[in-house]
Amino acid sequence: MGSLFRSETMCLAQLFLQSGTAYECLSALGEKGLVQFRDLNQNVSSFQRKFVGEVKRCEELERILVYLVQEINRADIPLPEGEASPPAPPLKQVLEMQEQLQKLEVELREVTKNKEKLRKNLLELIEYTHMLRVTKTFVKRNVEFEPTYEEFPSLESDSLLDYSCMQRLGAKLGFVSGLINQGKVEAFEKMLWRVCKGYTIVSYAELDESLEDPETGEVIKWYVFLISFWGEQIGHKVKKICDCYHCHVYPYPNTAEERREIQEGLNTRIQDLYTVLHKTEDYLRQVLCKAAESVYSRVIQVKKMKAIYHMLNMCSFDVTNKCLIAEVWCPEADLQDLRRALEEGSRESGATIPSFMNIIPTKETPPTRIRTNKFTEGFQNIVDAYGVGSYREVNPALFTIITFPFLFAVMFGDFGHGFVMFLFALLLVLNENHPRLNQSQEIMRMFFNGRYILLLMGLFSVYTGLIYNDCFSKSVNLFGSGWNVSAMYSSSHPPAEHKKMVLWNDSVVRHNSILQLDPSIPGVFRGPYPLGIDPIWNLATNRLTFLNSFKMKMSVILGIIHMTFGVILGIFNHLHFRKKFNIYLVSIPELLFMLCIFGYLIFMIFYKWLVFSAETSRVAPSILIEFINMFLFPASKTSGLYTGQSGYTLIRKDSEEEVSLLGSQDIEEGNHQVEDGCREMACEEFNFGEILMTQVIHSIEYCLGCISNTASYLRLWALSLAHAQLSDVLWAMLMRVGLRVDTTYGVLLLLPVIALFAVLTIFILLIMEGLSAFLHAIRLHWVEFQNKFYVGAGTKFVPFSFSLLSSKFNNDDSVA
Amino acid sequence: MTAHSFALPVIIFTTFWGLVGIAGPWFVPKGPNRGVIITMLVATAVCCYLFWLIAILAQLNPLFGPQLKNETIWYVRFLWE
Repeated sequence: MGSLFRSETMCLAQLFLQSGTAYECLSALGEKGLVQFRDLNQNVSSFQRKFVGEVKRCEELERILVYLVQEINRADIPLPEGEASPPAPPLKQVLEMQEQLQKLEVELREVTKNKEKLRKNLLELIEYTHMLRVTKTFVKRNVEFEPTYEEFPSLESDSLLDYSCMQRLGAKLGFVSGLINQGKVEAFEKMLWRVCKGYTIVSYAELDESLEDPETGEVIKWYVFLISFWGEQIGHKVKKICDCYHCHVYPYPNTAEERREIQEGLNTRIQDLYTVLHKTEDYLRQVLCKAAESVYSRVIQVKKMKAIYHMLNMCSFDVTNKCLIAEVWCPEADLQDLRRALEEGSRESGATIPSFMNIIPTKETPPTRIRTNKFTEGFQNIVDAYGVGSYREVNPALFTIITFPFLFAVMFGDFGHGFVMFLFALLLVLNENHPRLNQSQEIMRMFFNGRYILLLMGLFSVYTGLIYNDCFSKSVNLFGSGWNVSAMYSSSHPPAEHKKMVLWNDSVVRHNSILQLDPSIPGVFRGPYPLGIDPIWNLATNRLTFLNSFKMKMSVILGIIHMTFGVILGIFNHLHFRKKFNIYLVSIPELLFMLCIFGYLIFMIFYKWLVFSAETSRVAPSILIEFINMFLFPASKTSGLYTGQSGYTLIRKDSEEEVSLLGSQDIEEGNHQVEDGCREMACEEFNFGEILMTQVIHSIEYCLGCISNTASYLRLWALSLAHAQLSDVLWAMLMRVGLRVDTTYGVLLLLPVIALFAVLTIFILLIMEGLSAFLHAIRLHWVEFQNKFYVGAGTKFVPFSFSLLSSKFNNDDSVA
Repeated sequence: MTAHSFALPVIIFTTFWGLVGIAGPWFVPKGPNRGVIITMLVATAVCCYLFWLIAILAQLNPLFGPQLKNETIWYVRFLWE
């Protein structure tokens, strides 16, 4: 049974797959996701492996499917995504599927090409029609005189510059007409003028509608132009210039009859083309619709097939070349399922000899497998991000489930903010089966994956907010404050006692802007507030003095307990790995060191809280000074916390030092005895020097680390202070300003103020502070807690499972 | 203002978190997650009880009192007492 405390026992198994059944067996294994395959052909390049041809075939199919999906998306046809994922196709179907897909691709490409050609044709015809229509208006002016033309004397032999002949009236007119891009009209005109020197007449008009350019596909404005010129040479030049400017030139009809004929012909052709185009588009759509129904399942099938062939490539052939051998890591709890999966696969492929498996003993370290469900997965990810646990090591994730949200909450403690965070997380958790959340983008995905962590963080923050008595920076007075202001007045006390105490009366209060309550006066302090911090501290100006002392002591206490717990978990590790000597030589000295010094600090804190009160406050010693004096032994002795303290410190400190030094050195000697029970794969040579060095370093690291790590836990205090102050500032700057305005328009002012307050609370206090506290809580776990016992040098168990393949097929990394 | 006893909250909270942390694990139904739930209950009880205990012990014998502005003193005197 999988438990979160330790990773599972694994074993190495050999699978003997008959060549006929290998594919089906792997398909069954992939559906279940039980085992991790080892690569037996590591020194073979990927181009020389056995099943390279099949992998190439799969990639070809994938390419076709990607093209199909592209075309379907372009035609705006909806792609249905099936719920169930189909199994990998049996080998008989594969050939058929390949043929089908290839035929489909060829057909699609042809039809698309034809469609393009038709559309281009259509556009040209449309342009011709427009041109004819517009140029009719040009020539209309001159239609009265149909000039009679003389035949031109052959001028071919003449030089191009001799145009004096052209000045004769009645020279033959030539026409060039067409369409030109709007942007080029000016340049075109200028060029014509320069080259032909006035022997052309250019008339042009803008086309009202913008047409599509058949080459580029953009929709631009066109100008229809008509150039009338005299002379062949000019005609050539004009034609060349037209070419140069990419004009679409169409033959110009000479007579009105011709023009009408051409127009009629064009109209019929355009109608025909429209019909054909329409039909083509319909046909294309039909084909795509039919393909869209099965595309999704095809994509998944091809992915699964490719994955199976990748795994098959990792297997090696046995001597007789008929059987594939695969080595897999399998959790011992799943061996039965593995056998069953092999039987199933053999049965499906209908082979006579079934595939079977065999367990082989090994000295290699197996991968680490920890079974998680959707709740514990998030916390396991936090631990794995630092390092995957070594095989069969104690798993800190089990305890992180509670300690991480708790430490976060200590730094975030605010009832209101915690409640908002809890609501947000609750929303995510209740809607976790909503499909859109599963496929959202990066940042939302991160929040979604951590929804249970957020839920617990919010819950604990509500509790610590209650204890800190902090709700959107205001305190709640549920039980009545324990501090009594009236008792400070002299009128509350009999006159006999007035001389011993400093009391107030009305004039004292009026003239002093700040006064401090004195707990030594009877009746002023009436008992500690039962749930958390007394609400009167929220009104006090020396609030931080009290809170700082409280929070610092709290951080140190929590930190030392957390770290001691880590050392104790190390004992479990030593017990499991049969290294009992480690308990006596490493864990016990570590515990002694920690508890004798820092445990004593905790004792002093609690002692001072319980024993010293307002009457003895003058002689209450500072814990920190006492603590430091423990190490320094100063000449002048300050009065200790209790009588006999000095004696205790001496004894304890000396003995403790000896134990820790002894412990580190005895470790090497202890390792002598472990040679017999050595279970390492290659028995390492016992190197005294190396072990001595390692252990000395470990001892020094641990001792110094204890001090620095304890101080590091003070970040619990620092962050909670920062959060409280930020929250306070936001309230003072926004809500108080909004609430103070009490004229009639104050209500209108309050609404945007509240909106701004809410937005800033969410962005600064929830997101920014939340991320900050999250990060520091992670750091405390990864460094201060885990370096007491966690090694984290393992590899993660990654089973061959189809559910790990990407299930989205319209993202770019579909080629797995 | 109101006299708060110390013993009553201690008894109440100790029994409450004791129920959660010591009696609770007996009632967790058998299943694959039993170990996780028991660990969660015990850890929650320890952490929350400790946190509350620190808060109340720190205020048990205060060495100094709150410093209030005179407006606050008037307000507290007439509204809370």
